[in-house]
Formats: sequence, structure tokens, C-alpha cells
Amino acid sequence: MIKILSFKDFFAGLMFVAFGGTAVWLAQVYPFGSAGRMGPAYFPTLVGGLLTILGAIVSLRGLAVPGQKPGSFHCKPLILVLAGVVLFGFALERLGLMIAIFTLVVFSSLGGTEFRIRGVLILAAVLALGSFLVFIYGLGLQIPTWPFSF
Amino acid sequence: MDFFANIILGFQTAFQPVNFLFCFVGVLTGTLVGVLPGLGPVAAMSLLLPTTFHVSPVAAVIMLAGIYYGAMYGGSTTSILVNIPGEAASVVTCLDGYKMARQGRAGPALGIAAFASFIAGTFSIVGLMLIAPPLAEMALKFGPPEYFSLMTLGLTVLTFLASGPMWKALIMACLGLFLGNIGMDSINATFRFTFGILELSDGIGLVPVAMGLFGISEVLLNVEQSMRRTVFETKIKNLLPSRKDWSESSGPIARGTILGFFLGVLPGGGSLISSFVSYAVEKKISKTPEKFGTGMIAGVAGPEAANNSATGGAFIPLLTLGIPGNAVTALLLGALIIYGVQPGPKMVIEHANLFWGVIASMYLGNAMLLVLNLPLIGLWVKILKVPYPILFPLILLFCLIGAYSLNNSLTEVGLMVLFGVIGYLLKKFRYEAAPLILALVLGPMMEHSFRASLTMFDGNLSQFFFRPISAVIMTVAILLLVLPLIPGVKKRPAIGEGED
Repeated sequence: MIKILSFKDFFAGLMFVAFGGTAVWLAQVYPFGSAGRMGPAYFPTLVGGLLTILGAIVSLRGLAVPGQKPGSFHCKPLILVLAGVVLFGFALERLGLMIAIFTLVVFSSLGGTEFRIRGVLILAAVLALGSFLVFIYGLGLQIPTWPFSF
Repeated sequence: MDFFANIILGFQTAFQPVNFLFCFVGVLTGTLVGVLPGLGPVAAMSLLLPTTFHVSPVAAVIMLAGIYYGAMYGGSTTSILVNIPGEAASVVTCLDGYKMARQGRAGPALGIAAFASFIAGTFSIVGLMLIAPPLAEMALKFGPPEYFSLMTLGLTVLTFLASGPMWKALIMACLGLFLGNIGMDSINATFRFTFGILELSDGIGLVPVAMGLFGISEVLLNVEQSMRRTVFETKIKNLLPSRKDWSESSGPIARGTILGFFLGVLPGGGSLISSFVSYAVEKKISKTPEKFGTGMIAGVAGPEAANNSATGGAFIPLLTLGIPGNAVTALLLGALIIYGVQPGPKMVIEHANLFWGVIASMYLGNAMLLVLNLPLIGLWVKILKVPYPILFPLILLFCLIGAYSLNNSLTEVGLMVLFGVIGYLLKKFRYEAAPLILALVLGPMMEHSFRASLTMFDGNLSQFFFRPISAVIMTVAILLLVLPLIPGVKKRPAIGEGED
């Protein structure tokens, strides 16, 4: 039974092999050409091939060399901040910038280490006002600001 | 010659109100970004890029450059006072700078850092000014093979110098190269890997990727930790270094300046490696090497000079050849292309006011920074005390608005967030993002040069080695690739994060 000494490296390597392989496979749609007259597929195939080889090397290393532990993941902050960002995206075009900012600040702050509702709301208000002054009024950027404003 | 005419043109350009203002904004932002840990010059540059679309390219580049070398000034502040590097190239300053602060010598440490940065920065601009035009002329003789070799060298050096095993950085470079292939191909105009998504037809935007990899990912990483920063409370009096401090620092500053300049010019080099090498050199040369790490001022003066000097040097390949050597100059190149300025040997002549204006502004900027960093140090200390929970929503908002304003489309925002997650994962698994960004920018150019070269050579790869310049560069690049494979040859031990 082959012992995998470094899961991280082994699977990372496999992932890169897959990526490189996919790249090469996707590139086959385009004309390849010859060395003297390279087609659009040539360079991506080379790069993809290189990636596949490197990925294979990494996987093999994963079998032989013990690897470092990856950094620890903290899911809750990550997911909350991402949620805040994604909700900002959804809110921006439907509800406008002002509301989107509140969404962003509230959700991403939930992912932070301290959450005090008053402070968060004040921060959101300040940022909203500031953004309005700087981006909409000052720089004149065309961003939907209020709900259903366009 | 018209050298003096050019300089006068440069200063005239730099002193125009808009350019002057943008220079100030740039260096101020740069210092701020340098002082605050977790946000680096690349993120800041990509964030402010969208705001420059309404002004001239000159003002834009002046500001972006200001952010770059400004960050080198600001980074030392946090390193000395909090023992946390404000940005990657200031890691080394923590070693002796913080110790000096603990000994009550924070003032002289900060002072010598600022002065060293100023002296080195100014000298490197002189070097840039003197070397760039003749180099640009020489570069006119460069053909596609030379360009390809140089870009390969840049990627190889960057991967060699990256922290961690070289194969990790190589994989990142390959990924970047592949991502650079997405979009329209430069020679046949075929749409590659776009899957019918309209926004991808121009390729993956540099700005969303940079903001995601360097801005959003940093927030995602830092939010997890409670950043309890204990800033040094002792009164920072007496910022002016003593006579003894100066005598101990003058050598390191001189050496750091020269070292930093050459390492900055080297494609793939930059401020980070310059500061490390300077520290190592000073330690070797010192009469009391064992005292390094306990508060030797040479350990602050040398690296601070080196990292600033490298900024001037890094502009040389960018402005004369149009080849970026690190992530920062890659972003600058991307910006120049967006503004419609074609970087390359002809740029010095065709866009003379841009070239000389930027150079003049760098003198100006360095002077502004000296003023900003010494008297205003109290302000920066106050800013350092702003708790992160207030800061990070601000950073996120900036990134989001910036990405959206590029094309008024959520696609860029989505891309940025995607790369933010990717950057987070990369950091967790200890892969570096810098080779990816450099490869992303270099990719299309490399492919173009490669294909043009092979058309010249009729498919014969060995011809790369029959042209003298290309042969030398390629050989060095290949040596660097092969070197780590030889048993017994140790890469320099991994010390710290990659170049921002």
C-alpha cells in the first residue's frame, strides 16, 4: 500500500495535473500549426503540458516527502465576509449603493472578531455617506445609488 | 545634449497642478498603505487605477509610482514600532528596528530609515535618469528572441527568489501564463477559452485579479486573527539620528543604495530581495556581526536604503524595454497599456513628457515623503491604532467599488472575489501570488515574442542560442531553473512573504 506522506502536496499535484490536462485538452479545438508557424493552440498546449508535468512531480513528491501542514482555516469569518461581499454584489444593482454598503458592513463585520451593532451601523452610515460624497458626487461615477433608481 | 532640456521638461510637467496633486496623493497613499499591515502597494495601485481613467496617463503613472516608493517609506514605521512589517520589503527592518525601539531608540531608527530611504531613492532616480535613455537606444536592437529570453529570465529569477520550493512558484507562473492566454490571441485573433462569455474576450482583467489576489485575500486572511497590535507607547522624541548613528549608517546606506539599484534592475528582483541581501551583506561586513538582531542601526539603514533604491532600478526595464520585473511593475505596465501608451524602447522618445515627467515627479515625491515621514510620524502612529474591524470593511468597499467602476459590470466584481478566494487558498497552502501576476501580464507578450521568434527561426529552437544577447540571457535563465535540482546547492532559506 502506497503511503501518502503529504496529502496536501499529493492532491495539489493531482489538481494541477487535472488543470494542465484540461488546458491542453481545451486547446485542441484551435489550430496547432507547426513550430515554424505556430497556431493559437501551441503556447497554451506548451504551458498546459508544463503544468501537467509539474503537477505530476508535486504528486510524486507527496508520496515521498512529508509536507508542511497548511495554514488553519477558520470557516466562520471566511464565509461571513464572503457572504457580505456577494450580497453586496446582488444588492448593488437592485437596491443601490447605499443599501448595499449597509449589507456589506453588517455581514462582513459579523465575520470579524468583535461585533457591536451600534458601532457597525455607525461605520456603515459613515462609509455610505463618504462613498456618496467621494464616488458619486466627487468622482461622478455612474453607480446605482438608490433602490430602483434606473 | 538635450539632456538638460529633458530635465526641465520633466520638472515643468511634474509641477503642473494636476500632476503635483496626484504625486502627493500617490506618496500619501503609499505611506499609508506601507504603514498599514495587510495592504500592499500592488493592492493599493490596482484600487486607485480606476480613479485615474479621467486624467492623463502622466498623472496616473506619477501617482502609481508614488504609491510604490511611498510604501517603502511607510513600511519601516510599522516594522520599527510594532514589529509587524507594513509590507513585504520591510520584514528585515523588524529585526533590528524593533529592538532599537525597545531600547528607547525608536526616534533615531525611524529617522535613519527615512533619511536612508530618501538618499537611496534620490540616487536611484539619478541612475534611472542616466541609464534609461542610452539603454533604450541599445534596446532598439532587441528583436523578439531577446525579448522572449528577457521575459523568461524575469519569470525564472522571480520563481528562483520566491519563498518556498521553486516548483511551487513555477506552477504559479504556469497558471499565470495560461490565464494570460484567455481572450483574443494576438496573431490569429482567435478567441481562446472564452466559453462564449463576452467579458472574457479581452482576456482576464489585470485589475480585478490584482485586487482580488492582493486586496480581498488579505482581508479574508486577516479577519480571522484578532489583530491586537501593541504600538510602542514611548514618546518618539528626537527623530534626528546622532553623529554616531550617522557614522555607523553611512556605509550601509551607500552599499544598500548600489546593491538595491542593481537588484532592482534585474528582472525578477525588487525591493524585497534587495533588503534581504543588504542585511546579509551588512552582517557579513560588520565588525560585530553577532550584534545584528539586537538593535544595530546598520541593520535598519542598509535594508531601508536598498528597498528604496530598488524602486528606481525597477523602473528601468519597464520604461526602456517595456518588460516588468516584478508584480508592481507588471501592474504599471498593465496600466500603461490601458492608457494606450506602448511601453518599449521608443517610449522614452515618443512619450518624452511621460518619461521625464515621471522621473521629475519621483524626485519631488521623495522630498514630499521625507517631510511626510518625519514630522507626521505621530499621525501614522495614530492610524496604526485604528482597530481592524473598522478598517477592513473600508478596504472591501474600496475594492468592490473600484472593480465595479471598471466597466459598470458585476463580472469584474465577481472575478475579483473569485481571485480573492484563490489568493486566500494560495496563502493557506503557501503558494505565492507574485509569479502568477507577473506571468499573467507577461503571458501575452511572451507568446507573441515566442511565436515571432520561431517564425524567424523557421521552427528551430536552438537559434535562441545563436544570437549573442539572447544566448546569454537564456543560459542564465536555464541555469537558474536547473540549479535547485543539483543536490547540495541550497536555495536561500525561505524568509518571509513574497513581493507584494
